[in-house]
Amino acid sequence: MPTDTSVAFVRTAEIPPSPPPPSETGLVKWIRENLFSSWGNSILTLVSLYAIYVILSATVPWIVNGIWTTSSLAECREILQGQVGACFSVLTERWNQLLYGFKYPVEEYWRPNLAFLLLFVAAAPVLFFDLPRKLLAFTALYPFIAYWLIWGGSIMIPIVALLGFVAGYFVFDRFGKQSFATGFFGAIVAAFVVWWIGGFIIPETEDTFLPAVPSRDLGGFMLNMMLGVTCVSLSLPLGIVLALGRQSKMPLIKGICVIFIEFIRGVPLITLLFVASVMLSYFFPPESTVDLFLRVVIMITMFSAAYIAEVIRGGLAALPKGQYEAADSLGLDYPQAMRLIILPQALKISIPGIVNVAVGLFKDTTLVSVISMFDLVGMIRGPILASTEWNGVYWELLGFAAFLFFIVCYGISQYSQWLERRLATDHR
Amino acid sequence: MKKSVFFGALAGAALAGGVASAATLDDVKARGKLNCGVTTGLVGFAAPDANGNWEGFDVSVCRAVAAAVLGDPSAVEFVPTTGKTRFTALASGEIDMLARNTTWTFSRDVDLKFEFVGVNYYDGQGFMVPKELGVTSAKDLDGATVCIQTGTTTELNLADFFRSNNISYEPVPIETNAEAQQQYLAGACDVYTTDASGLAATRATFEAPGDHVVLPEIVSKEPLGPLVRHGDNEWGDIVRWTLNALITAEELGVTSANVADMGAAAGNNPEVNRLLGTEGSLGEMLGLDADWAKKAIMAVGNYGEIFETNIGENTPIGLARGLNASYRDGGLIYSPPFR
Repeated sequence: MPTDTSVAFVRTAEIPPSPPPPSETGLVKWIRENLFSSWGNSILTLVSLYAIYVILSATVPWIVNGIWTTSSLAECREILQGQVGACFSVLTERWNQLLYGFKYPVEEYWRPNLAFLLLFVAAAPVLFFDLPRKLLAFTALYPFIAYWLIWGGSIMIPIVALLGFVAGYFVFDRFGKQSFATGFFGAIVAAFVVWWIGGFIIPETEDTFLPAVPSRDLGGFMLNMMLGVTCVSLSLPLGIVLALGRQSKMPLIKGICVIFIEFIRGVPLITLLFVASVMLSYFFPPESTVDLFLRVVIMITMFSAAYIAEVIRGGLAALPKGQYEAADSLGLDYPQAMRLIILPQALKISIPGIVNVAVGLFKDTTLVSVISMFDLVGMIRGPILASTEWNGVYWELLGFAAFLFFIVCYGISQYSQWLERRLATDHR
Repeated sequence: MKKSVFFGALAGAALAGGVASAATLDDVKARGKLNCGVTTGLVGFAAPDANGNWEGFDVSVCRAVAAAVLGDPSAVEFVPTTGKTRFTALASGEIDMLARNTTWTFSRDVDLKFEFVGVNYYDGQGFMVPKELGVTSAKDLDGATVCIQTGTTTELNLADFFRSNNISYEPVPIETNAEAQQQYLAGACDVYTTDASGLAATRATFEAPGDHVVLPEIVSKEPLGPLVRHGDNEWGDIVRWTLNALITAEELGVTSANVADMGAAAGNNPEVNRLLGTEGSLGEMLGLDADWAKKAIMAVGNYGEIFETNIGENTPIGLARGLNASYRDGGLIYSPPFR
């Protein structure tokens, strides 16, 4: 067969790839695939766009026309002349009351600010355990520093309090090895002895480096932060103890824990707050009641500890029985087994639940406004809306409160997701 | 004191610091401060300003008592109370007196064991309607929708009023005053009803207050006044007569501007002399200085001045004196004589 060279065509170079059709590339493709992939989705997209337009067309002019410099709502309205516009002046005039309450002395604002900054330093080694462990020493000191900064008064008060804890620690360290109970109760007795003796050396003078600020003068978002941080950090260890107690084989301890948890969970938080603020003042003589802030902290801590205990119990129950048996077979005693094997795994499982309780607890701190403590919401509902200048401003104030709470709660949530990723040891 | 607070703070238990003594006056003097219960915030009656200083109609009563007892109108610890915590705060001794737009009723006086020392504001339930409705009397409101706060005496008063006038209405239940303002402005109801002073304060916050009218009918009695605990009549007398001194000062034309002159030496009017302590020994009978009333009036002014500065017609709230005018001008504000 003769070779016919005339019909043969062999391309020696490859055709350059042609660009994809316009409908399959870039923005158009993204829009087609994500927004208009079907009739139903197209309709939903259009409806959503309309909804976004309606919301923005109402809020954007409101924010852009916002007025920041007047001294009353009436002046805002005068300037706006019936146009849509926010009256943000209430924030510029009352921002300090929203953040610190209306009685915290202005020249002392640096104290809570500093305590707030130090909070990050103190919390960092707890939250991010890649940081050097030595930083934990500052975390241990932080409660006493923060107390002194915020409340002021004699520096001996936090020092004596700290010494009590140190004494308790040494007693526990000395006797706890032989018998846990001796060490535990000995530590409590030692701490009380130190506090009792220390009570005599606390000077009564009013003239101190940091002027004393009574609890009643605390307020605003500062109060929410203080309650939130204190109660979360106290209720977590208490919740772990309660959860373990509920699992205990000792009937007395188990009974106490079950009754405590079920009782607290069966009572609304607002009832506990009323008990703290109203009922307790009947039991104490008027001059020597426990500080209202402390009463509220105790009640909120008990409340959230009961919830956290149940969350952690869920984590403990989710662990396979083999983990407990493995710990036993290694010859670990109860504290070792818990500390090394059970709790690290149970707590990891419980993180979403604990964060849920923490976020809820932080928002619940606004409930203290019903017992006439001026937290952020209490400040808005009470003094600010009751002033003749600002009566009638709602959106701006409550929007500001929502904004502050959102920042904190979103931050907590993001941290917990990071923590879950960081702790993920399975190979999913 | 400090030690017990410290211990309480650490141990969660309080050391007994002595039982509350019966003599409130001695307690107040020893403390150097008057603990006065006020509301957490009510326009014109009590609210802290931008600098955190309390001001308002009820606050002035606290300041007057502090001036009379301690000589210093700023020696007051204002304890904010809610409608729910006010009575326990007073009964437990946390506060020495309560000046919190509290209605004087039989059961509060008798059953709760408090002593109302007088009336500093005669309030009553009223109605507010938009002007464009053209309504001039509450009796024209047949078939109207009415915004009403649930669980209050105003709800019961409203039902009584409409039934006794044999007209019908449709209630729109709402929870708070703030919600009521929004509902009313949005047109969810034709009428908003609550205490007349509250209506005036609410109307003052509207963008166009002139478009709304408060109807003349007042359908209930709400006498508001300061109160103290049962069991310490001397202290009750001090609060009662401080309030009476403010009222009498208006009757006699004593104001914060001229009280210093009138009280410097005995004048022609013997009642003014007795009031200001230049004659007689009324202060001594109360256990106070002779010029106690002078100090109170100097601090806050007489009753009329307090009214005008806080809630009167020149303020945004713009309440007329009405029932709260002196008895000489046809009102109910009347003080027993200083004799």
